[in-house]
Amino acid sequence: MASTKMKIKKNKTGGRDVMVLAKHPMETGLRKDKKTGEKIPAHYIQTMDFALNGTVVAQANLGGGVSKNPLIGTTVADAKSGDTISVNWTDNKGEGGGAEKAVK
Amino acid sequence: MKRRIFLKGSMAAGAIAVAAGAGLLAPARVLAATWPKAAFTAKSEADALNAFFGSADAQDSGDVTLKAPLQAENGAVVPIKVSTSLADVEAIAVVVAKNPSPFVTSLQMAAGSAGGMFSARIKMGQTSPVNCYVKAGGKVYKTSQEIKVTVGGCGG
Repeated sequence: MASTKMKIKKNKTGGRDVMVLAKHPMETGLRKDKKTGEKIPAHYIQTMDFALNGTVVAQANLGGGVSKNPLIGTTVADAKSGDTISVNWTDNKGEGGGAEKAVK
Repeated sequence: MKRRIFLKGSMAAGAIAVAAGAGLLAPARVLAATWPKAAFTAKSEADALNAFFGSADAQDSGDVTLKAPLQAENGAVVPIKVSTSLADVEAIAVVVAKNPSPFVTSLQMAAGSAGGMFSARIKMGQTSPVNCYVKAGGKVYKTSQEIKVTVGGCGG
């Protein structure tokens, strides 16, 4: 399984900025293999759920237009010290990954 | 006579195609909570916006800011950051007008519990305006910036 890293940072408004780095090839399905000339099949993350204490607060939708090893950031305004933020992603082949971290 | 029958036949087929189209659209809207497939597969910006927001109308707003480079050396990795001071943000969408699939990424959030910030690294095939749409309080606001790309990042 691909590794997923998460960073949580306090922002000016008191909420938390969450940055997620997922290792993923993010193939569009349009690229061709230079040696064989065959198309490389599409393989990209479709959804990424951000959950605060188990409740999904935001969902990012990704497509082939997102760079490989996507770095996705968002703000979770309600997060306080002691809460847990978890991230789960699923790609178009049904594979998934995620990370969980406590808010400092 | 034959021509008349043929016309009748083609009209009936047309009606079926319309019905199938309507049938396909309805579940796509329900599925929008999972992954908005119709928006991602749309080939034009207007189609993608219709699929995602339900309308292509958007109002320019100074409350939506897009932080992105003016010029990207590598189109495969273009860092962008959308932030907004609007209240009740429901969704943020990023559209690159000249990409083969213009709808790049979006963020949907539960009202009030997530803030108005979304950052990602996107691919750009060529120099193009990047449009950011923010849906807040039932209205869609937009901001736009042209990013110059020296080396494209879509396809080989």
